[in-house]
Amino acid sequence: MKILVGIKRVVDHNIRVRPNADGTDVDTSTTKMSINPFDEHAVEEAVRLKEAGIASEIVAVTIGTTQHQDVLRHALAMGADRAILVESDTQLASLATAKVLHALVQQEQPQVVMLGKQAIDDDAAEVGQMLAALWNVSQGTFASKLVFAGEKLTVTREIDAGQETLELTLPAVITADLRLNEPRYLKLPNLMQAKKKPLATLALADLGVDTTSKLKRLSVEEPPARAPGIRVANVQELLEKLRTEARVLS
Amino acid sequence: MSTLVIAEHDHQTLRAATRSAISAAAKLGEEIEVLVAGYEVTEIAQQTARLAGVKRVRVVDDARYTHPLAENFAPLILSIAQDYNAIIAAATSFGKNLLPRVAALLNQDMVSEVTNILDASTYVRPLYAGNLNATLVNDSAIKILTIRPTAFEAALEGEPEASIENLAAVAASDLSRWVSNDIHLSERPDLSTARVVVSGGRSLGSAERFQQLLTPLANKLNAAIGATRAAVDAGIAPNDYQVGQTGTVIAPDLYIAVGVSGATQHIAGIKDSRIIVAINHDPDAQIFQWADYGLVADLFESLTELEQALH
Repeated sequence: MKILVGIKRVVDHNIRVRPNADGTDVDTSTTKMSINPFDEHAVEEAVRLKEAGIASEIVAVTIGTTQHQDVLRHALAMGADRAILVESDTQLASLATAKVLHALVQQEQPQVVMLGKQAIDDDAAEVGQMLAALWNVSQGTFASKLVFAGEKLTVTREIDAGQETLELTLPAVITADLRLNEPRYLKLPNLMQAKKKPLATLALADLGVDTTSKLKRLSVEEPPARAPGIRVANVQELLEKLRTEARVLS
Repeated sequence: MSTLVIAEHDHQTLRAATRSAISAAAKLGEEIEVLVAGYEVTEIAQQTARLAGVKRVRVVDDARYTHPLAENFAPLILSIAQDYNAIIAAATSFGKNLLPRVAALLNQDMVSEVTNILDASTYVRPLYAGNLNATLVNDSAIKILTIRPTAFEAALEGEPEASIENLAAVAASDLSRWVSNDIHLSERPDLSTARVVVSGGRSLGSAERFQQLLTPLANKLNAAIGATRAAVDAGIAPNDYQVGQTGTVIAPDLYIAVGVSGATQHIAGIKDSRIIVAINHDPDAQIFQWADYGLVADLFESLTELEQALH
């Protein structure tokens, strides 16, 4: 079974982001970039499936510039077999991203595509479901557990009220919740080895996909700050404030 | 043209988040219709028809919609999509699973987790766990959006009552099959819409202590109980308690964080609460930067005292 893993390069989760000077976009010019944490769980799950003898090959994919090779190398160091960089200077919208992944699916013919359930930059959580629609296959979103059995995949999903278990017919698109697994730490030998693994580059234009979007960002701004709070000395003072100042208790 | 709202329900009641989606739909300025799909949902359809602003309820009552599988619901929505220039659902696990599939089938971009609708095509949504807000224009022929339920008032009952129309089911998909649910049943208010939420972090130590500390206070306040991701991952609290970027986003009148450190991903889920109270034994906990009222104290002693002082 071949697994395609889609990964996104995002501002590292420890970095506090700010709007750019003219407030039209996010300032990512000097910040540290990393693999989207949810995508790291997707890679980890694919690698574990290979180690368990269920997956035969893992192909990691991202869309971006030459700089984006670093997150592909990260996936290769974790255990992906090869990587594909689809070159694009512009950040694609979710639908366009799903179309690019769909074009790669047609080339690569995987049984499963694994993605993070959302990227920590736009928090959209759309691409996996969109890819499943374009590909006309089943979807297991917000997945916290996978069990493969023949042509079927049982997936446990994190839903608002608890958990739901579905049986999916393969092929399928899976989007990983943080609870799916604990990604491994990379060691130096893994990183050295990853440099020798194949990394192919494709031009976005060669995929023949319409990546235009009807969405246009007008502005980016910081939300209004909360008024600074106070420390109370004890429970009596807290209750007094909640009753007479905040008026949230009677 | 009209706006279609996709109803979410548990076959007993319409979820409050859908009532928020109806309020959001009203801001688009078109007539509002609601799709209620499920099995034996007559009562849900009647509840929906009584909500202010709803013009028509379209009901598909069929066993194949007993569970909200995206593979079955998306073709159903597609079969009536030509009647609408906007499709809205709440950004719950139901809406987030379903609407991107619908959008791609219709070859439309979509906008998720909308927190404000400025006009029919201009919206605000958070980025980076709520650290930034983006304003964007959506020029798609069909506007497809999920809205954050806490950002819109829930629609109330009003006159006149909407008409109810029955629709036929479409062919069932065999791509997926529901197996089971593991739902944590609770008599408490729904976490996403509760007026008061009491939540605990990993420092509470154990599931017993978590319940022992938070339940009496939550009972007194008729509050929902929440938890941090760290507490859920440590097995101290059930996963449906999780509040934050990857759990439920809440905005209650009163949020009481007990032994919560204040990780960014947790703050993303609570920062729109009206009043935030933090009780923590660690005076340097991040949560105090967000709290209107901070109390550095022993958790057990202060919660016991707080609970006993409430009427």
